[in-house]
Amino acid sequence: MDWFPYFLQQLINGLTLGSIYGLIAIGYTMVYGIIGMVNFAHGDVYMIGAFQAMIVFLLCGTLGISWVPLQLLLMLVVSMVLTAAYGWTVERIAYRPLRGAPRLAPLITAIGMSIFLQNYVQLVQGPRPKPIESIISGGVSLMTRSDGSFTVQLGWMQIIIIIATVVLMAGFTLLITRTSLGRAQRACEQDMKMASLLGVNVDRTISMTFVMGAGLAAIAGTMVTLYYGNNDFYMGFLAGIKAFTAAVLGGIGSLPGAMLGGVLLGVIEALWSAYFSAEYKDVAAFGVLVLVLIFRPTGLLGRPEVEKV
Amino acid sequence: MTDMTLSAGPKAPSPLVEAAKDAVFAAILVFLLSWLMIGYQTQVLQGQPMSYVTRYSDVLWAVFLIPAGRFLMTLTRFDRTLPAVIGGALGFIYLFIPGVLGVLEVPVYGEFFVTVDPLQPDILPFEQPMVNVIFGIGAFFVLAAGLRARRKKTVGAQTLEVREAAEARQARISKNLSSILGPLLIAVALIIPFTPWGDRKLVDTLILVMTYVMLGWGLNIVVGLAGLLDLGYVAFYAVGAYTYAKLSIDLGLDFWASLPIAGAIAATFGVALGFPVLRLRGDYLAIVTLGFGEIIRIILINWQIFTGGPNGLGNIAKIDFFGIPFERNPKEGELAFHTLFGLDFSPVHRIYFLYYVIIALALVTNFVTIRLRRMPIGRAWEALREDETACRALGINPTNTKLTAFALGAMFAGFAGSFFATRQGFVSPESFTFIESAVILAIVVLGGMGSQVGVALAAILLIGLPEVLRELSLYRMLVFGGVMVLIMLLRPKGLLSFRVPTIQLHGKKALPPTTAGAVK
Amino acid sequence: MSAPMNAPAIATGDTLLEVERLTMRFGGLVAINDVSFSAKKRQITGVIGPNGAGKTTLFNCITGFYKPTVGRIALQAEGRDPFLLERMDGFRIGQRAKVARTFQNIRLFPGMSVLENLMVAQHNKLMHASGWTVLGLLGLPSFRHAEAAAKEMAVRWLERVKLTRVADEPAGSLPYGDQRRLEIARAMCTEPVLLCLDEPAAGLNPKESGELNALLLSIRDEFGIGLLLIEHDMSVVMGISDHIVVLDYGSKIADGTPAEIRNDPAVIRAYLGEEDTE
Repeated sequence: MDWFPYFLQQLINGLTLGSIYGLIAIGYTMVYGIIGMVNFAHGDVYMIGAFQAMIVFLLCGTLGISWVPLQLLLMLVVSMVLTAAYGWTVERIAYRPLRGAPRLAPLITAIGMSIFLQNYVQLVQGPRPKPIESIISGGVSLMTRSDGSFTVQLGWMQIIIIIATVVLMAGFTLLITRTSLGRAQRACEQDMKMASLLGVNVDRTISMTFVMGAGLAAIAGTMVTLYYGNNDFYMGFLAGIKAFTAAVLGGIGSLPGAMLGGVLLGVIEALWSAYFSAEYKDVAAFGVLVLVLIFRPTGLLGRPEVEKV
Repeated sequence: MTDMTLSAGPKAPSPLVEAAKDAVFAAILVFLLSWLMIGYQTQVLQGQPMSYVTRYSDVLWAVFLIPAGRFLMTLTRFDRTLPAVIGGALGFIYLFIPGVLGVLEVPVYGEFFVTVDPLQPDILPFEQPMVNVIFGIGAFFVLAAGLRARRKKTVGAQTLEVREAAEARQARISKNLSSILGPLLIAVALIIPFTPWGDRKLVDTLILVMTYVMLGWGLNIVVGLAGLLDLGYVAFYAVGAYTYAKLSIDLGLDFWASLPIAGAIAATFGVALGFPVLRLRGDYLAIVTLGFGEIIRIILINWQIFTGGPNGLGNIAKIDFFGIPFERNPKEGELAFHTLFGLDFSPVHRIYFLYYVIIALALVTNFVTIRLRRMPIGRAWEALREDETACRALGINPTNTKLTAFALGAMFAGFAGSFFATRQGFVSPESFTFIESAVILAIVVLGGMGSQVGVALAAILLIGLPEVLRELSLYRMLVFGGVMVLIMLLRPKGLLSFRVPTIQLHGKKALPPTTAGAVK
Repeated sequence: MSAPMNAPAIATGDTLLEVERLTMRFGGLVAINDVSFSAKKRQITGVIGPNGAGKTTLFNCITGFYKPTVGRIALQAEGRDPFLLERMDGFRIGQRAKVARTFQNIRLFPGMSVLENLMVAQHNKLMHASGWTVLGLLGLPSFRHAEAAAKEMAVRWLERVKLTRVADEPAGSLPYGDQRRLEIARAMCTEPVLLCLDEPAAGLNPKESGELNALLLSIRDEFGIGLLLIEHDMSVVMGISDHIVVLDYGSKIADGTPAEIRNDPAVIRAYLGEEDTE
């Protein structure tokens, strides 16, 4: 059983990373579900969320707020609200005017937006990575290898990330299934024109989808800021691609799928890094994606489509 | 969620109130966007924890200027166009012109617009001249909106027929423009090295532009004709570049011998990737090709022994003139380019030769594409883009048809890659990031899918302009992203979009570009 | 690849298509339940039935868009190897077995011109003539001749369906009735042995519908191929079908000549409902 502690540690790390992927993936999956486009700028919205959380943290220092739970709360709330504004603006500027345009048009504006946001942040916040000291360190030791050479650590931050993700997922599922906004979203997903004929404000519903996606991305950004504490303007790109991979893996359009895909991807990456090679962890992640798409094109939890002819 | 604003009743809204509402909303939004991100610049100084400096004045200016523009824009919707025209023009003059002076570092700027005295406020809103320019362009859009609204008042509303007719006219104009611009561009491209402007710097830039033109034309087969969304096109470019690098370094092959091999290997990669994934739907195909592009890059970085890792491969043989080197001192008894033609040696010769090589390669790509479009395979590509189900019902093999498009596109990328390697003399993974794929795709889509001249124009615009505008330095990619969004918003179908049928009964005609499910 | 099969024991004579004990299930839903029938060449076989009877599903099985759960679909054309359609990839049914179809909701290539639509239909023939593009790129005369012949055939069909004038217009811009006729012409340009038409009269006015009948009859008589026709419009079905198959809830409830079908109590029940309600 000597392998087990190491394995468990990697599993915990993978779950933490996967939760973050999952939170970002929800933004992709919701937007794809409702307007059928890949919001390429979403990864960068997440990056902006991370930066804003970091700035809030610095401001807390200036204002003398040192009680950690309050810091955490402020970072989450402020970053969520401000990042949501970014999500809204991106949709309003780059996607809404192109509704009904050829399908590639919004994809190109999305890529353009992504480039724009990255360089905007590089300009206003500088190109260098921003390290911050961790405010939540330590954790619980779960078990120690029999010869005492290795201890499995479950960090407080990891616990916070996993719990926050579970709580958010539960809240979100309620939002989608129980509220009128969720109903409007599901209606738009099915048939946008019909929904609008029935009095659903389609534009507002789509905007709200972007706002919610950006809010969740901001939470992921806050977590990452606290967990890794090294933000840079380029961090959104790979995280975005991974999160989209997670969304496709789980079955795009499905919220539990996004979460499942995220967790799976995180675990695969962590285990691959631990047992094979850290350099090729991204290759492993994309490899899994390709395999899933070839053998189950709708993803793990996506509903199979019967072609209508 | 129903729309409650519907019940607002028949009372006509007052323009001023509406505009003010919009402006307040915009002010709140801009504040939310800029408060933290612009208001506080984080900085990491050596050996100290992170700190920040504040930039409240920038935030305040943004919170004032953008809603002001929004206010004027909203007014134009109620036919109150004069304020927008005047305000936009004033804003443009006030922000744009001094901004440009500042960007170009004209001495006048320092004298008039920058005050050193900290007590006396600067005359311009933003310290960075480029930011003033960007806001000035914003003011220009307000002005343009005002002018357009004035003109529209006289034209009246558009009906469906009017729109369709306008679309047909657009297509016709695009076609006529292309048939003039195409030969003109080629002619200009061919003679430019012999003109007074054709210095080394310009030709170097043009080589870069032509490389992207070629890549755009290659990708156009995949995206424009076959409607397959490929976000990993740069992978094939990389395969071509590394193939030539390896052939040159390990086997000592020259460029001309390597070119077909590089193309064939890139095409093989295209088939190998395409075979399992081409039956996926459009967006999935996009993400898989994107993943593939990243995989190739990661392998290039990590497979130290074969690819040289992050440092790449150097000492790749430079291009020669069909076996005759461009060398100052050729070996005893051997020719060099300048001795062959009785010229004085000049390093520029090779640059010019490279330039004509890439033009030839690009034109071959163009020619083959145009020919293929009129072949049965080309029609099948376009048919697949339009409706795959109908294609299957007609007995067309979708997988093979897509594979040929994919392989051909990859082959041209492979050619371009070898060219890149011989031009640079070294290759490294840095040159093959996702952003390259995105740029090439943007060239295709911005150009107007399927339009060869449009692709060339878009390449000039997206690659040439930023190269020329080196002064933008830090703002280069920001402007690049912004321009990409802007062109797409103004011309969602691309710069020059039209489609000439591949076979005609009644003579020449241009169709409006297809909107039906391009990329499903 | 599974194209030419060892010759199945197919009913001799003029039988073109033999559907045997075909069943198609989607999860728990049985869309087609144990249906058998045959279609002869030089005949129009109508398939009718109320909404949701499984007519389009049947078509999708025959033309390879669905793989049937159980059953056999055999196609035997004169002078050619027989094909078992249920074992073939979708596109090969069009390519080798020469079964063409139209769609309930017209599927043209809307951005391509009318003439191009008809040229695409001759893809396989032209691909062969162009030496899989290689010879065509070199501009060999044999390919040019093949292309000219293909164009001629397309033009003949354009005249036949009265679309010559709009040959260079985008197919998507034609009025509905024209699009219907173009889709039939496109299917015929593949030179099929069996033409499957999914509600060709839907959305046509009485005059257009009458012209359609004439067109279908002329195709039957002139080309000697079999036509399989799904239709709601009774006047079309009864007017031109030589043979009618009636489906209801996925099962075949009647099979016979139009006169027999008209008087079949099961058919009347399916269409008019049970008598016992009032």
